[in-house]
Amino acid sequence: MRAQFVASEVGNGLRRNLTMTLAVIITVAVSLTLFGVSLLVRAQVDTMKDFWYDKVEVSIFLCAKGSDTPSCAGGAVTPAQRDQIKADLESLRPLVQDIYYESQGEAYARFQEQFANSPIADSVNESALPESFRVKLADPTQYDVVASAFSGRPGIEQVNDQRQVLDKFFRLLGGLQAIALIIAVVMLIVTVLLVVNTMRVAAFSRRRETGIMRLVGASNLYIQLPFLLEAAVSAGIGAILAVGGLILAKGIVIDQILAPSFQFTAFVGWDAVLGIAPILILVGIGLSGIAAFLTLRKYLRV
Amino acid sequence: MILFDTVTKLYPNQTRPALEEASLEIEKGEFVFLVGPSGSGKSTFLRLVLREERPTAGNVWVLGKDLSRLSNWKIPTLRREIGTVFQDFRLLPNKSVFENVAFALEVIGKPKAIINKVVPEVLEVVGLEGKEERRPDELSGGEQQRVAIARAFVNRPKLLIADEPTGNLDPGTSVGIMKLLDRINRLGTTVVMSTHDAQIVDQMRRRVVELENGHVVRDQSRGVYGYAR
Repeated sequence: MRAQFVASEVGNGLRRNLTMTLAVIITVAVSLTLFGVSLLVRAQVDTMKDFWYDKVEVSIFLCAKGSDTPSCAGGAVTPAQRDQIKADLESLRPLVQDIYYESQGEAYARFQEQFANSPIADSVNESALPESFRVKLADPTQYDVVASAFSGRPGIEQVNDQRQVLDKFFRLLGGLQAIALIIAVVMLIVTVLLVVNTMRVAAFSRRRETGIMRLVGASNLYIQLPFLLEAAVSAGIGAILAVGGLILAKGIVIDQILAPSFQFTAFVGWDAVLGIAPILILVGIGLSGIAAFLTLRKYLRV
Repeated sequence: MILFDTVTKLYPNQTRPALEEASLEIEKGEFVFLVGPSGSGKSTFLRLVLREERPTAGNVWVLGKDLSRLSNWKIPTLRREIGTVFQDFRLLPNKSVFENVAFALEVIGKPKAIINKVVPEVLEVVGLEGKEERRPDELSGGEQQRVAIARAFVNRPKLLIADEPTGNLDPGTSVGIMKLLDRINRLGTTVVMSTHDAQIVDQMRRRVVELENGHVVRDQSRGVYGYAR
């Protein structure tokens, strides 16, 4: 095998078929960028789940003066009710991992802190805020056990699962990821068709050379390798552009724009980008290589 | 060298076979003319030898190999021992004479040192020394065919297949090409040549195999193109 000969054939082929080569590079770049973004969104969802599921808790709000749910008909919670609820929570261990009681005073202080600089802070007085039990579950998915045991009981205004709020957000991200993935798959199909057509044109425009190669006894590998390498090189360039796009997405969109505005949550790290990059390159070169190989088998028969 | 044993070739979607129960043996070192009208099966015969087609029935043996049992990946090895020349030369227009001949060696992986040694040798055999750097469009038809013959012969094949090599050339040039093929034959290469050129066949007085409608209708050593016509 003469590497120099093959390399010059590849270079000639790419130059001679420049528009098609560019088309392959661009579609590969766009489809793989979308594919990479969808993988990145999934990594982001996983990161946020890890980050938040550790912190979420079930809040049991107790009746305060003026609560208007039916279970609060008896007015504010009595000390006896509160002790009973606490005892019942304790009996749910080990599902219940931590129990933290927040009094009206503490609730008021937290409220003032959260809404500092806001006129709302002044409009609320301490007695209007409910006291609550903050319960951390060993397994956050077992929320129903707590909810069914406590909601509707006299003295309890509401049982809240923070996870449900988060799940709505995660579903939104999941939807975005699915859309990106669908577009990516459609684009990848387009890429494959384009590679098939490019190879067909390339095989046709070089039928004289390949015809002579067959006659003088060049092996299939020798005849097909320049074509395969052309497909792989253009797909590889496209994949590298896609990796560049992903680095920009992480470096600018996430680190520069999203992270400063949403400081309360965690974002994917560079390790996710590092994990996705080889997948993109493999998918790009692999898909295009396989498409080229199958096309050539038809058009460059011995 | 070549043995056809009751070979029939029927192309798909055709009712009449291109070759029908044709049997023929060509010995090592022979020079054989394949004559007959268009559509008589000459090209099919040559394509079967090159294993570009497989026979519908019967067996083809080339260079001691049963082609029906030859697996696909061994076909290139077979073709390296067969040189081929066509009516339309089939040169690469953007390569020089030297590069066209060298191409045949490059694509079978021969090292540069060998190429630089054997290509000038074969160009001298075909009488093109001094024209290494010319492009095909700067050459006459006869010279282009000499390049094609050089390319077919550069790997010193045991068998040379020539499909109407003088079909595009004027009579004077054709004589030169025939002398060259005769010289190659005398160097030990078996030559099988299909042709419509009666004058050449009659002059050379070599073995003549005539095909008609896919049948071998005549096989003469030291034959002529045809009977009274």
